Amino acid sequence: MNRVLTVLVNNRMGVLNRITGLFLKRGFNIQSITVGPTETDGVSRMTIVIGADDERIVEQVIKQLHKQIDVLKVMDITEQQIVARELLLIKVNSSVQNRAEVMALIEPFRASIIDVGRESVTVQATGRPDKVDALIALLRPYGVRELARTGVTAFPRDSDTVNEVIRLNKGSMLPI
Amino acid sequence: MTPRVQPSLPAEPGERAQSPSILTGAQMLVESLRAENVEVIFGYPGGAVLPVYDALYQCGIPHILTRHEQGSIHAAEGYARVTGRPGVVIATSGPGATNLVTGLTDAMMDSLPLVVFTGQVATKVIGTDAFQEASILGITMPVTKHSYQVQDVRELPMVIKEAFHIASTGRPGPVLIDLPKDIANARGSFDYSKPVRIPGYQPTFIPNSLQIKKVAQALRNAKRPLILAGAGVLHAHATEELLELVESTQIPVTNTLLGLGSFPGDHPLFLGMAGMHGTYAANMAIYDCDVLVNIGARFDDRLTGNLEHFARRATVVHIDIDPAEIGKNVPTDIPVVGDAKQAITMLLEDGLSMTDAAAWREKLHEFKVAYPFWYRPDSERLKPQRMIEIIHEETSGEAVVVTDVGQHQMWAAQYFPFRAPGRWVTSGGLGTMGFGLPAAIGAQLGLPDAPVFAVVGDGGFQMTMQELAVIVEYQIPVKVVVLNNRSLGMVRQWQEFFHGRRYSESLIPVQPDFVKLADAYGIPAFQAQNEAEATEKIQLALATPGPVLIDCHVPSSENVYPMVAPGSGIHEMVGVTP
Ligand SMILES: Cc1ncc(C[n+]2csc(CCOP(=O)(O)OP(=O)(O)O)c2C)c(N)n1
Ligand SMILES: [Mg+2]
Repeated sequence: MNRVLTVLVNNRMGVLNRITGLFLKRGFNIQSITVGPTETDGVSRMTIVIGADDERIVEQVIKQLHKQIDVLKVMDITEQQIVARELLLIKVNSSVQNRAEVMALIEPFRASIIDVGRESVTVQATGRPDKVDALIALLRPYGVRELARTGVTAFPRDSDTVNEVIRLNKGSMLPI
Repeated sequence: MTPRVQPSLPAEPGERAQSPSILTGAQMLVESLRAENVEVIFGYPGGAVLPVYDALYQCGIPHILTRHEQGSIHAAEGYARVTGRPGVVIATSGPGATNLVTGLTDAMMDSLPLVVFTGQVATKVIGTDAFQEASILGITMPVTKHSYQVQDVRELPMVIKEAFHIASTGRPGPVLIDLPKDIANARGSFDYSKPVRIPGYQPTFIPNSLQIKKVAQALRNAKRPLILAGAGVLHAHATEELLELVESTQIPVTNTLLGLGSFPGDHPLFLGMAGMHGTYAANMAIYDCDVLVNIGARFDDRLTGNLEHFARRATVVHIDIDPAEIGKNVPTDIPVVGDAKQAITMLLEDGLSMTDAAAWREKLHEFKVAYPFWYRPDSERLKPQRMIEIIHEETSGEAVVVTDVGQHQMWAAQYFPFRAPGRWVTSGGLGTMGFGLPAAIGAQLGLPDAPVFAVVGDGGFQMTMQELAVIVEYQIPVKVVVLNNRSLGMVRQWQEFFHGRRYSESLIPVQPDFVKLADAYGIPAFQAQNEAEATEKIQLALATPGPVLIDCHVPSSENVYPMVAPGSGIHEMVGVTP
């Protein structure tokens, strides 16, 4: 099962190494990791997705993360109501003849074409990872030339009233 | 404070007169160490730390030049272990720094406070594979509690202050400061008075009182309670509180290897060390107890054996300053995060009285009497176990015992009842051969008046025996006892038990003459072949003011008993009786 951790860290040299080193020590493969600035100067947010079944080991890793001097806060937000988004860039084969078809296909995903070549188009999409998965599945038959995903970035929602638990594992396959 | 400026420094006299607090990075380092009341530095110079050594020149803080950087860091560990204060190490960049890796790992495993300075190539060439460049921050990240590379000389005082704070608080550990040469030469204003503020570092010191209440309740209902005391008790200086707790509750006590000395070894309620080579009484107590109170131990696998059988029916209480240790190996029923001294004091305040466990105490006492550690005495040949007893007898138990790693280490742990803290220095978590002699140097410098014994094996001794030069040069009166079995005894024992007696690369027929070796260094040295000689030589060593080496010829075939074989439960000991 995938778990989503958000980690607030001091934006210091080597901090990414310290974090990933802990996962290495425990033998975890990181599915995705995103890092970027936050509202506070000098503080970055990491969103880390790991595949892990043993809750005890996950708890252990979270405690180890806490121990790092440059780590300010760690949250396992897997079970929480979160907003989670990912950016996809995908270059698929597309000639002049089927370009309109591709455009129609990506339209419900609110994706856009950001670059056009003689034999290809590059599509940009943002959304929950399951939406990104769905879009990739639809575009795959055209032939994927290049694909890049940023990995998820996320934080907890503010309103508890929104009854939409997003689980990266069993999210619906429908676009948002 | 007024910084002392060295005459040899390149500082301009006029400049100094105008602003006395403008110092070079190297001078700041020295002044910071002075502000931290550092008593001794262990180190080795080289190109990248030339500015630092220039600032150290005649600065008044003693510096011990070990003969290898590994020696420096193990010495700093020995010092830290017996004093509880951070050991300070300086090494040059590249090879000097990489020679510290084993010691850093050892200190990390055994929670020893160290502040380690490494030189680094100048900032403008970092990353270019410059001469003697090593990415020491990257190399040591997993084996340090924290580390810094100083990018601006103005940061240096605060970095050093933070390093001392981090190394010595919470769960202690090694902190590394990588200092590029140009930063050591750069100038800036020095102010060491600013308070340390580290938002990401707030170790829990005072335990949660509700958790303490739960522990007290569990103990009130216990029929078969047991305390397992680890090195956390020593780090927290909580030995008196522990004794008081045990006296008032009459709960039996066992120790981990590193916890020895946290409870008097001659106390009637002491069951001896537990674990792979622990006593029958201690291991059976762990197996059968109904409440296990672990204070400052981390449930290492050499202690627990097969986890399935470890304290299988017990309510497990784990008191630890490091929350990451709780639940790591053994599921914990009552976690208590905080300082051991605080936790025990709060337990005492709860008014715990004598536990209703007379039958349990009786049974464990019977085990203790019926199944002590044993060996077959020999009138002709010196037994290694006997040698440890002789050291104990001849020093009235006052010796500080520093060991290397192997069989001799286990015998020292088994046959020397430690009555007080600060007398036992050993490499537990990492099991680092070569630790003994340099660690003894550090221990002796920390406890100048104590009789310090380096009990080493013939194998491990040869990994760091170059440090003999240090005990001569500085007349450090360490008594080196080589338990010479002409073999890598512990490896040989495992091969005997688990590998069909195929002694692959564990027998060493050709050893140097250690007496002659010591002689070459100018150290008085003797050989001991039997018990009478051993006693005589130990007495002689104690009467000699400086260092002494005793080469003890002991049988190669001796084994450490009892033993919990790997994979076995803690109750499945072999060799409990002859
Ligand atoms: C640096 C290092 N290398 C290898 C080992 C594995 N090892 C553990 S005990 C031991 C034998 C030690 O022999 P010796 O120092 O003579 O002590 P003895 O067991 O004979 O008392 C070895 C090789 C180790 N602990 N440390
Ligand atoms: Mg040996």
